[in-house]
Amino acid sequence: MAESVPAADVHAHDDHGHHEQSFASKYLFSTDHKMIAMQYMFTGMAMALIGGFFAYAFRMQLAFPGMDVPFWGQVSAAEYNALVTNHGTIMIFWVAMPVLIAAFGNYLIPLMCGCDDMVFPRLNRLSYQIFLLSAVVLIASFFVEGGAFGGAWTAYPPLSAKAEYSLTPLGSTIWVIAVALEFVAFLLGGINFVTTAMNSRAEGMGMYDIPVVIWMIVIASILFMASVGPLIAGAVMLVFDQTLGTNFFDPDRGGDPILWQHLFWFFGHPEVYVVLLPALGITADIMATFSRKKIFAYKTVLYTTFATGVLSFMVWAHHQFIAGVDPRMAHVFTITTLLISIPIAELCFVYIATLYKGSITLSTPMLWALAFLGEFLIGGVTGIFLGASGADVYFHDTYFVLAHFHYTFFPIAIIGTFAGVTYWFPKMFGRMMNETLGKIHFWGTVIPFNCIFIPLFFLGMGGQHRRIYNYENFPELAGQGMQDIRIFATVSLLVMLAFQVVFFINFIMSLRSGKKAPNNPWRANTLEWQTPSPPPHGNFGSEMPKVYRGPYEYGTPGREEDFWPQNAPS
Amino acid sequence: MSSMAPTLHVVPPPTRQPVIESQVIGTLVFIVTEIMTFAGLISGLVIVKANHLGPWPPPDQPRLPIEATGFNTLVLLASGVALFQAWRAFKRKPLDAKKPFALAIGLGLFFVVFQGFEWVRLIGEGLTLTSGALGAFFYLIVGAHALHAVVAIVLLCVFYRRLTRLELKPGTFLGAQMFWYFVVGLWPILYVQVYL
Ligand code: HEM
Ligand SMILES: [Cu+2]
Repeated sequence: MAESVPAADVHAHDDHGHHEQSFASKYLFSTDHKMIAMQYMFTGMAMALIGGFFAYAFRMQLAFPGMDVPFWGQVSAAEYNALVTNHGTIMIFWVAMPVLIAAFGNYLIPLMCGCDDMVFPRLNRLSYQIFLLSAVVLIASFFVEGGAFGGAWTAYPPLSAKAEYSLTPLGSTIWVIAVALEFVAFLLGGINFVTTAMNSRAEGMGMYDIPVVIWMIVIASILFMASVGPLIAGAVMLVFDQTLGTNFFDPDRGGDPILWQHLFWFFGHPEVYVVLLPALGITADIMATFSRKKIFAYKTVLYTTFATGVLSFMVWAHHQFIAGVDPRMAHVFTITTLLISIPIAELCFVYIATLYKGSITLSTPMLWALAFLGEFLIGGVTGIFLGASGADVYFHDTYFVLAHFHYTFFPIAIIGTFAGVTYWFPKMFGRMMNETLGKIHFWGTVIPFNCIFIPLFFLGMGGQHRRIYNYENFPELAGQGMQDIRIFATVSLLVMLAFQVVFFINFIMSLRSGKKAPNNPWRANTLEWQTPSPPPHGNFGSEMPKVYRGPYEYGTPGREEDFWPQNAPS
Repeated sequence: MSSMAPTLHVVPPPTRQPVIESQVIGTLVFIVTEIMTFAGLISGLVIVKANHLGPWPPPDQPRLPIEATGFNTLVLLASGVALFQAWRAFKRKPLDAKKPFALAIGLGLFFVVFQGFEWVRLIGEGLTLTSGALGAFFYLIVGAHALHAVVAIVLLCVFYRRLTRLELKPGTFLGAQMFWYFVVGLWPILYVQVYL
């Protein structure tokens, strides 16, 4: 891929201008950032359905061990492992990343920066094509001899490195290759995001006139690209161990299994911020719009985010407290972990301050944004318990950890995405979504979500370990009390999944017959709202916008309108 | 375009002149990832070396060609200098850059081919991917670097052709330089970590 960077200097604006395009060049080989954003979004949603289906299958097994799960059948131990592993892998790498970073990044960066397309449009198209390939490769691993990889999304060796342990000779290699392809796709995307936000902003748009969501996506891209290298290195070693017979991670033959954990988590922890930041950005913009207030302390938000980014490289070993990390090192990582909760807490306060005395409209996007804040708070606070190495000796690898990171990832990947989709839907498709259905879907998702995961905290505190497919084999975990809680969580999951149907109905109905959306239905300031919905090819027609002020000038005294578009000459 | 927002500016704004060329930013961002990848590989080697009982490199393994590779390192550095000379000439008069540019490519090729011969000899002596941690890390790290060198040389050849046709843009040349300096500058670090 190295060659594509310098070689992409010829701007691929070849399809700008003429408008009769064939189906293939419009939908499959488009270099238009909006189309690529849609491709990423719909692929991500499809993968979310697959990941959700996997969760359904293994949760049914946990609640009703040995049952014939409808649409799946008996869940064997190997299948259970494959389902859990790929559920996690898919939700992080094929749902959160493509939707939050690639789809929103592609859609919003050129529109909010006021330019016609990404700097390297063909690189962008290549990015999606590789991403699609990676998704196909991952799904293919379910149909090979031995089945899909089941060694957890963290793929710790030696389990993942040797077929005689993992029992998936092909599945584990295909899994690594799929993840590697996905990284290549995001590298190409990230190069575009950073370059475009730096070099293609509209005339007059200074650093501090960039909407928070763009900043967040760009910083997240930088974090991703700075952290993914060691994991690429580790992935190459892992594939070599699997296929060429090297022993990088085999302690018997001079290797070191903990080395993988370092390489993985050096990437893995920054990765949680890679997905968190875009969600924070989306909610920031939504909160400003629907409380008709300037974001509280815009610059502080940026500096705080930078600080978080830097700190996120210094906490990785909190995932390894019981993997033989020297206790003195564990102290260091306990302290850095507690430190990183400070900037995150600060951001939460900033958001609350933005809401304070605002003129708040509880529209569907705003509800999602508020829910994000509340639910993420639970995730962040429980992280502090896990960061204290003493407490983590007990909590590690229990359902407490699982509940913790679902209280972070779910608000990020699901709640944040719904916030963004409901907010920008009118711009993307030129139609308004149905608010009533939107609110039914909101409550039908958020309430069951808490019903699933709050009980899991208690199961974790009760000592329930993760990655066990049938608790009947563990007498002290097989009591009826614990089983009832498992059943409750599973039933809540079923309810939540059922409510997603409401979303799809709303999505399709609004797409076909929703009210026509005006240019600026939310009366927001940022540039994407100052062009038709949906924006034409090239985004702004013949006149590119010129920017006169920051993105959050709401309720300026002395103006009759309570908003002030960035490109309105004063 | 009749539905354009009324607030849109009427005079087309002058096109923005980027402070840093896009190709350069793109390449730099990419190089950050590359540096971190090699940092991952090197730290793996450092950890395994530190955990290794007994002397390193293990005495039962073939000895790495320290002197010959030292010489080869100088060749690669010279290639970097040649490309820099080419850039300076390019800024004066593009076609003057041809000679140093070709020299940079030639020296780079020499480096890669020389290493190929070393590999063949080492494999003959019994140092392989599976012969132990030394062999595994040697081929992994040196191989990863060689892969980058080959890709970069191919790119340089493409750009050389553009140069002779006067089609090479300064931004592209700068991006290519960044990448080649990365390949050149990384090598001495790998040399110290892997060979010494
Ligand atoms: C930004 C949102 C966050 C996300 C997405 C997230 C995600 C995760 C994930 C995926 C794990 C489980 C790793 C495994 O498979 O074992 C985890 C564990 C952990 N998280 Fe978070 N986390 C977030 C925030 C935090 C915060 C704010 C803290 C602390 C202040 C924290 C501290 C921890 C600790 C210490 C563990 C390790 C627990 C263990 O494995 O025993 N996390 N987190
Ligand atoms: Cu972490």
